[in-house]
Amino acid sequence: MPVTEPLVLGIETSCDETGVGIVRGRTLLANVIASSMDEHAVFGGVVPEIAARAHVEALQSTIEQALHDADVTVEDLDAIAVTAGPGLAGALMVGVGAAKALAVAANKPLYGVNHLVGHVGADVLRADGTDIELPTVALLVSGGHTSLLVVRDLVDDVQMLGETIDDAAGEAFDKVARLLGLPYPGGPHIDRVAADGDPRAIAFPRGLTLPKDMAKHRYDFSFSGLKTSVARFVETAQAAGHDVDVADVAASFREAVADVLVRKAVAACQAYDVPRLLLGGGVAANARVRELAEERCAAAGIELRVPPLSLCTDNGAMIAALGAHLVARGIAPSALDFPVDSTLPVSTVQV
Amino acid sequence: MGQSGMGDRMTTILAIDTSAGTSVAIVRDGEVLSEHSIDEIRRHAEVVGDLIVRCLSDAGITAADITDVVAGRGPGPFTGLRVGIAAAIAFAVGRTIPLHGVVSHDAVAWGRAEPCTVVTDARRREIAVSSYAAGGVAHRVAGPTLTTNDELATVADLADYPECRADTISAAALALRAEAGLRLGIDFSDHRAIYLRAPDAVPSAGPKKVLS
Ligand SMILES: [Zn+2]
Repeated sequence: MPVTEPLVLGIETSCDETGVGIVRGRTLLANVIASSMDEHAVFGGVVPEIAARAHVEALQSTIEQALHDADVTVEDLDAIAVTAGPGLAGALMVGVGAAKALAVAANKPLYGVNHLVGHVGADVLRADGTDIELPTVALLVSGGHTSLLVVRDLVDDVQMLGETIDDAAGEAFDKVARLLGLPYPGGPHIDRVAADGDPRAIAFPRGLTLPKDMAKHRYDFSFSGLKTSVARFVETAQAAGHDVDVADVAASFREAVADVLVRKAVAACQAYDVPRLLLGGGVAANARVRELAEERCAAAGIELRVPPLSLCTDNGAMIAALGAHLVARGIAPSALDFPVDSTLPVSTVQV
Repeated sequence: MGQSGMGDRMTTILAIDTSAGTSVAIVRDGEVLSEHSIDEIRRHAEVVGDLIVRCLSDAGITAADITDVVAGRGPGPFTGLRVGIAAAIAFAVGRTIPLHGVVSHDAVAWGRAEPCTVVTDARRREIAVSSYAAGGVAHRVAGPTLTTNDELATVADLADYPECRADTISAAALALRAEAGLRLGIDFSDHRAIYLRAPDAVPSAGPKKVLS
């Protein structure tokens, strides 16, 4: 018989955050995150080997801290959940290896789940106690992914509408920040500098929005052309001996990213007749992306949901929440021999 | 996880090594209760859970009977090596029992009375080597370190002993080595992976030019 308020520990290691969270049904009990972000700074982006090494080092303390914060023991758990993909293969393997051994040690069922659906699952943990409303369109944007989904059911009806065909939006922020001499990670620094700039100063391209692209890539994203366009603008100005107005470039770049993200998300809500949009991933923290989403959703009569930042960035609580949802619905656990899948499709909620 | 000292207490050790294939074993009082290994080098994360279950089942015990966990620290290919260490950490945390780290080469030298130099493949045309003096495993005199087949003959302390090349690492031997060492009061509390190489990554030298 399924448990309605299952106590689940979730482990997330798909990128550069080691996340361990514990939930009881829809209630958040612990959300511990160790990040290797600082170690990647000199490289200007996430180095998979560094991320994977950091996961192993953070495992013990993050699990112990989560159990401590939630004031539960491993024996109390009803199940363990872990990100099986998509993500960096070597990083995923650390979490999956650990989760399997923990499940055997504690004699608990194990659920291998989809990272992207986990981002949607984060919205199960609402502070006001309300229930997640479905269907919803979900825009999941980070340094590792840029995806647009329509979710009708968290267990068996998640559909990918589109994703980036080159760089993730977060990567574009990092690369443009580097062009402008701003530190890593780029998002917060571009946000800060852009506050004093004119978003209409430079007309940077909106990737995959031209009629010729829309047939094949209606809900896909592309940021590599935008990044090149910013680089060309900066180099041309420097070659001509002009000072580059960093604030204007940052604001115009950020506007181009926010515009194309929100435009396609709102179009998806309208096309699929879904009056809800959920933002997830670290880029949901970007001030302009949120502001534009609020504006355009309000104008279109779409309800916008943005979970708290600690549940937007990669974390174990969202994985635990999705696991708890599967347990409560009476879904059988995963077989113990599932592999990691760095390109796991969103239609596969559980492996 | 508690302290590593064993004293006179009776241990039932679960050992996990993924420095080559995936090997799991359970050892109690010098006796191997069970051991299961899969030599494939890319399936560590897939098989490690099942191998632990099979070892427990064959030994006729439950997870609650395990008193200590031993992780093979390598050296070995990093992606796989980490899986076993991660699994060992999680098992120990899950049962609140001590975790010990043992150099995986020690498992190869275990049980040999005569001196030897353990050699394992380190990829990229390099080998990982450790030398053990007479008296066996407790006397690792050099390594683990990286070298090449050509260079090996010239490295002092490594070239002196007969070579012992290994493609597999036995978790049972690893556990026996740990059990014997713990009785002698050897400290195995460091369970970090032995990488021997820095991550491949070049600090960014500034943005690439798009205009030629
Ligand atoms: Zn994510």
